[in-house]
Amino acid sequence: MAIIVGEKTNVLVQGITGNQGTFHTKQMLAYGTRIVAGVSPGKGGQTVEGVPVYDTVAAAMENHQIDASVLFIPAPFAKDAAFEAIAAGIRVVVIITEHIPVHDEMEIIAFARRRGTIIIGPNTFGIVSSGRCKIGIPPNQFFVPGHIGVVARSGTLTYEIVANLTASGLGQSTVVGLGGDRVVGLSFVDVLEKFEKDPETRAVVLVGEIGGNAEEEAALFIKKMTKPVVAYIAGKSAPPGKRMGHAGAIIERGKGTFEGKVKALTAAGARVATLPFEVPELIKEALG
Amino acid sequence: MKLYEYMGKELFNRYGLTIPRGKMVASPEEAAAVAAEIGAPVVIKSQVLSGKRGKGGGIKFADTPEEAREAAAQVLGMTVQGLKVEMILVEEKLAIDHEFYVAITVDGAAKAPVLIASAQGGMDIEEVPDEFIVKEHLDVCLGIQPYLCREVCRRLGITGAVAKEFSRLLPILYRIFREKDAELVEINPLVLSGEKLIAADAKVTIDDEALYRQKDLPVVDDRTEAERQAHALGLSYVQLDGNIAVMANGAGITMGTLDIIQHYGGAPANFLDAGGGTGMEATAKALEILLSTNPRVIFINIFGGITRCDDVARALVKVKQEKGINVPVVIRLVGTNEEEGVRLLREHGIEAYKVMHEAAAKAVELARAQN
Repeated sequence: MAIIVGEKTNVLVQGITGNQGTFHTKQMLAYGTRIVAGVSPGKGGQTVEGVPVYDTVAAAMENHQIDASVLFIPAPFAKDAAFEAIAAGIRVVVIITEHIPVHDEMEIIAFARRRGTIIIGPNTFGIVSSGRCKIGIPPNQFFVPGHIGVVARSGTLTYEIVANLTASGLGQSTVVGLGGDRVVGLSFVDVLEKFEKDPETRAVVLVGEIGGNAEEEAALFIKKMTKPVVAYIAGKSAPPGKRMGHAGAIIERGKGTFEGKVKALTAAGARVATLPFEVPELIKEALG
Repeated sequence: MKLYEYMGKELFNRYGLTIPRGKMVASPEEAAAVAAEIGAPVVIKSQVLSGKRGKGGGIKFADTPEEAREAAAQVLGMTVQGLKVEMILVEEKLAIDHEFYVAITVDGAAKAPVLIASAQGGMDIEEVPDEFIVKEHLDVCLGIQPYLCREVCRRLGITGAVAKEFSRLLPILYRIFREKDAELVEINPLVLSGEKLIAADAKVTIDDEALYRQKDLPVVDDRTEAERQAHALGLSYVQLDGNIAVMANGAGITMGTLDIIQHYGGAPANFLDAGGGTGMEATAKALEILLSTNPRVIFINIFGGITRCDDVARALVKVKQEKGINVPVVIRLVGTNEEEGVRLLREHGIEAYKVMHEAAAKAVELARAQN
């Protein structure tokens, strides 16, 4: 089944005529994603890789059934584009953009909550249901269909771990990028709940990092899960008070430490890998 | 971006909150003059971007202008929590009837702002027991409405004229928080003096991602030179204190790389995320920044999705040829255009690694050997 997106998901690309929008539309189409339309204000009537472009999201929806939207929009304009997608009633909105101000993020989430919209990101690589649908920017070749669900705060580190899984014969059901910012839409718990219910997913890999308390919250849910969870947490060596790249990756006033997260996850029954390459063996151990 | 206390107070004042009478000075003579102007006991406060200034000796009291001169002379030039004191705030010493704590910050878990208040102000809020802390999550569509002010006052045990003043203050604090794109606006202590509520301290942190639209705020830059240069290239850089310089593509993998180095007994010199879409030129400049920090070894860890391995290889070769590299370089190259990148490096005498932890172990070994 996979979660959230699948082979029938019709996708809209907002910002399709920009550099990033065009490049990734091509990559997503090559993966097999159903990109039905794009939006770039003022560019309505054009096509990108055969995909029709509209001036507004509403115009696109007059002509197509749209289930999900992906935003390749610069930070100062991302909030408006997200509002537009949510207001139009699109069910899933994937925000790739990094550097969105946190106040804009809080407003996006508040509006999304009112409309029941699923927000993935911001500052995410997107979501991949292996073999069926890729919404976002991860390279095509490392994802193969299988039974391991992956949910992560980081991008490249997740590709590394997914590549290791694939190389060990462990394919993926769905890989979800939560995003590296402090305020994001879907959280670990939201995705773990879905993986627990998904018949295709047999085990879950959680890729976390320092900062915030998302992993600690996840631990509370992991206690109740029947499916095994293997975690890897980045940032053991990070000094407190310093933002390590991601807006959300900062240890402040003693909160969000590596030790705290590992302790909570271990106590909840998750297996915590010391190094990324250990993840596949821990999964195999857990699946018996 | 953290604002200095005096900047936070200026902001508060502009928005209509009460602050102590005072002035910024940079010399003992000026301190004496301000004390004379105030005509009453004063407090001399070092202006540094760290907490716990009092414990570090950065806050002193003076009853006369002469004492103010002496106190200022002691505080200026001292180091508080590792930071040099170059400016001080000379303020009237307040008659304190009570100290409150009030702050508005971003709650990541709630994905919303949160108001935090306590009748136990003047100390570290983390040490106040939960039962004395009022926490109210806020809806960005509602902000702080009068009913919420009444409820917060009730829970803090504030009544009468003081409650009225508190209820005037809270929405103003929220406006500052929202209009200035703040991550944190904190008043600790909020001093009750008679019936006035005075912000005895001000801690304001502005979201770095919003600075482009907060142009009328002062600019506070406490970064190192390397951090500044990296930022100009659109990269993330954090100075650490080891001797293995690190570059990777992506914040998570960069953190993971630092962790692995440490795991094998090495000491990372820095965090540098040259991720996603950084072209050849910027990568070459980033390498130069790393070289300028005089590491024992440079470790480059690339898992290229958007990042192209041949671009990274070209950048390394360019720096080697144009500037020369006098420290060992360990590079791990996997992903987009991997073959091309590896071949290019081999032509210039550099063998790229395929496996991350093997490359990390080598980097640590080389750093040890350089001893």
